[in-house]
Amino acid sequence: MKNDNKDIVIEVKDLVTHYGDRLILDQVNLEVRKGEVMVIMGGSGSGKTTLLRHLLGLHQATSGSILLLGKDITKMAAKDLYELRRKMGVAFQGGALFSSMNVGENVKLPLREHTKLDDKTMDIMCRMKLEVVNLSGFEDLMPAELSGGMTKRVALARAVIMDPKLLFFDEPSAGLDPVVSAELDELILKLKSAMNMSIVVVTHELESAFRIADRITMLDNGKILITGTVDEVRNSDNKRIQDMLNRRPSDTVINAEEYLGRLTGEI
Amino acid sequence: MEYEIKTEGQYTILMISGEVDLYYSPRAREQILKHLGDKKHLLVDLSGVEYIDSSGVASLVEGLQLAKSSQLEFGLIGVSDAAMQVLQLARLDKVFPIHASVSERLDSNK
Repeated sequence: MKNDNKDIVIEVKDLVTHYGDRLILDQVNLEVRKGEVMVIMGGSGSGKTTLLRHLLGLHQATSGSILLLGKDITKMAAKDLYELRRKMGVAFQGGALFSSMNVGENVKLPLREHTKLDDKTMDIMCRMKLEVVNLSGFEDLMPAELSGGMTKRVALARAVIMDPKLLFFDEPSAGLDPVVSAELDELILKLKSAMNMSIVVVTHELESAFRIADRITMLDNGKILITGTVDEVRNSDNKRIQDMLNRRPSDTVINAEEYLGRLTGEI
Repeated sequence: MEYEIKTEGQYTILMISGEVDLYYSPRAREQILKHLGDKKHLLVDLSGVEYIDSSGVASLVEGLQLAKSSQLEFGLIGVSDAAMQVLQLARLDKVFPIHASVSERLDSNK
């Protein structure tokens, strides 16, 4: 796994992060290979969204390094990170569309920001991507006129408008019905094979994770429980992993003194 | 990206090679529009293309549209597997006239 670095597009080494004093990610190590779909799983508060935000260079890590396409973004100048972002596409959980701009303008935004392409070229590129996400003819609609699934698909079209090498997708299934959610999964697989992208998906939906993942990494309390193929995760005999797969709540042992201290504010 | 221009009979042949990406596709577009603007039938030879992104494909789409409205012929030659995948994703493989080689296209006129 280590010997062919060319095929590693994301490499996280000993990442430690805090929000204030609170430890969020604890010695996280992760590798994403070229052309694979890596699913980051975990319950609410496990640190998965924090990990994603660090991969995007949105937060400062306490220690450790994050290499994207061979470059360490924790030590990178803002200008270089801006350049690197041309090769990254992000679809945020809520879509993050600009409500004052129509679908077409939203999708073309990265092109306006990063390129000097002719308007006609941008228009055709935008329509091509809307075709891919099955939203052809929707470019004049405003975000307020879209359903949840449509919003996610527009966000996805915008995320891939520059043909990125790396695509990040935060919670594709959140808030969608099972059919629409399955359609989005199909779309992710289609993009992977046709555009040879490496894709990182953050989700807490098991079904979706098993459908799209080449490999899964499972976070729990800021630590990685396991990174492996779908089968490896399914067949793991780790109790915490099986708890998560079977949706059992964690039965944390209560330290009475510590608990009392927390309630009285003395710790 | 580099390009070369040849003339074969009534056709202008635009041979593109290398990587047609966001930086270089405007140059490809300029050439495509220029030759069609000169009322030439145009065949774009993509056999030397290592990579083409959607800005490159968009320029081909624009060329095809311009050719149709000007009653000129526009075709693609030697589409590599990589380029074909990009075309297929947008279901454009059925939209462009695609030929294996320039001679194949010329022979079919005989």
